[in-house]
Amino acid sequence: MIYLFYLFATISVISALFVVAAKSPVNSVISLIVCFLSIAGHYILLNAQFLAMVHIIVYTGAIMVLFLFVIMLLNLNKSTEPQKSLITRIAAVAAGGLFLLTLLGAIKNGIGIATPGGYDGGIGLVKSVGMSLFTDFLVPFELSSVLFLSAIIGAVMLGKKESTAKQMATGDSAYAGLNQAEHIVR
Amino acid sequence: MITVFIFLAVLLLITLGVAAYETYMERKVAAFMQDRIGPDRAGPFGILQPLADGGKMFMKEDFVPANANRWLYFLGPAIAMTTALLTGVVIPWGGTLTIGDFTMNMQAADPEIGILYVFAMVSIGVYGIMLGGWASNNKFALLGAIRAASQMVSYELAMGLSIVALVLHTGTLSLGGIVDQQLDGLWNVVYQPLGFLLFIVCAFAECNRAPFDLAECETELVGGYHTEFSSMKLGFYLFAEYVNMFISSAVMATLFFGGYDIPFFDQAGRTEWWVTALGTGMFFGKIVFFIFVFMWIRWTLPRFRYDQLMNLGWKKLIPLAILNILLTGGWYHLKPYIFK
Repeated sequence: MIYLFYLFATISVISALFVVAAKSPVNSVISLIVCFLSIAGHYILLNAQFLAMVHIIVYTGAIMVLFLFVIMLLNLNKSTEPQKSLITRIAAVAAGGLFLLTLLGAIKNGIGIATPGGYDGGIGLVKSVGMSLFTDFLVPFELSSVLFLSAIIGAVMLGKKESTAKQMATGDSAYAGLNQAEHIVR
Repeated sequence: MITVFIFLAVLLLITLGVAAYETYMERKVAAFMQDRIGPDRAGPFGILQPLADGGKMFMKEDFVPANANRWLYFLGPAIAMTTALLTGVVIPWGGTLTIGDFTMNMQAADPEIGILYVFAMVSIGVYGIMLGGWASNNKFALLGAIRAASQMVSYELAMGLSIVALVLHTGTLSLGGIVDQQLDGLWNVVYQPLGFLLFIVCAFAECNRAPFDLAECETELVGGYHTEFSSMKLGFYLFAEYVNMFISSAVMATLFFGGYDIPFFDQAGRTEWWVTALGTGMFFGKIVFFIFVFMWIRWTLPRFRYDQLMNLGWKKLIPLAILNILLTGGWYHLKPYIFK
């Protein structure tokens, strides 16, 4: 088990680095997909099967498909990539570094804190996830579903506007459909 | 542990064998539907035709188009094939096999989230087509890939929603558990007829099979996403489609038609080898029937237009699936009040 953890951890870190370092956007997206899959592996090692599968279905199977879609349609490559100014780059590095510092601090303080009530191996299974979502966290759960509903309606409105402005080509309506797909899947 | 590996190896061989003979069956069914004879040259009744086809695929020149992204061009068919094969792991192919002291479960793994695993593999399968179509640097291939991806993502939703109603009925996501319930009682198709109808339509779309085979629509897109592929890379794409067909037939039989349940025979708890073998045979019979339905539909219905496809998916199937969920949920909510 511990070897599997190291395997997944190595894959996650290397692929995450490659997401940033890759020159071609398609390679970036593919390494992000690999990263998501290895993270799903981590979830399975923690016995959070439901989360792992939903992670693969939603992030790997829906959202990254849309990323790939946009990149393929726009035919992005290195020459069309916008060059950032020096100040933007420095600001980005500083912001990222600060975020890393915060994370490190949080992790350092978090080491050794036990789970309240002891560790329960079945906590990530469908039944316990569903029970806690529909009992302890019912209000936030319902509120977030209302949020998604508004996103869906927004997507439909955007799609409608375009289609009344001018007859959409088949590809465009498919694309609008995909936008809705993303929101519903989320 | 060893038995599981042997089981998986056998499963792999059987899946590939079934997929190979599906190509033969497809030609024979097509011939039957069109009042022809079909392949009959290689061996008796043309039974060796798949071997001849496979040999030909291997012998063809493996051509890579200019300016293609070689790495992704190679990765596309590999992903399509791998994800197609991975799904068979969670399907219960039979009960418990007992020969003397040796016992073996005819299901490689029964995770609690079996159905979700199947969906996860299906959703990864899109990449095989998308990457292959994009990497071959051809506009027809790109159009085919985009069509395939948007079609699969759209129909995945309706498929997922049709399964939600089924899960409301079964109360478990494990495929083994779902079959166990059907061993005692009626098949799920009796409780979820609308769900089954939605599921089978979506399964056609997910496999990119006619009447939803717009991704490889010859009259518009040459060969669709595999226009530029040749040799065994093309073979892998075509083969992956047949493997997908086999697996989705198996999933349909498992979810809605009792899996390895033998009708009019109580096999729950029986582990004699002949009962298990009969059950597995029954399961394969159901699978072959669904494969025949796939082919039947392909040679009966004409292809949809692309906007019709999207309208059907978004404006008909999804509302129907939601209605199905409401009806099922309402029934299970009100049942205790009505039948006190």
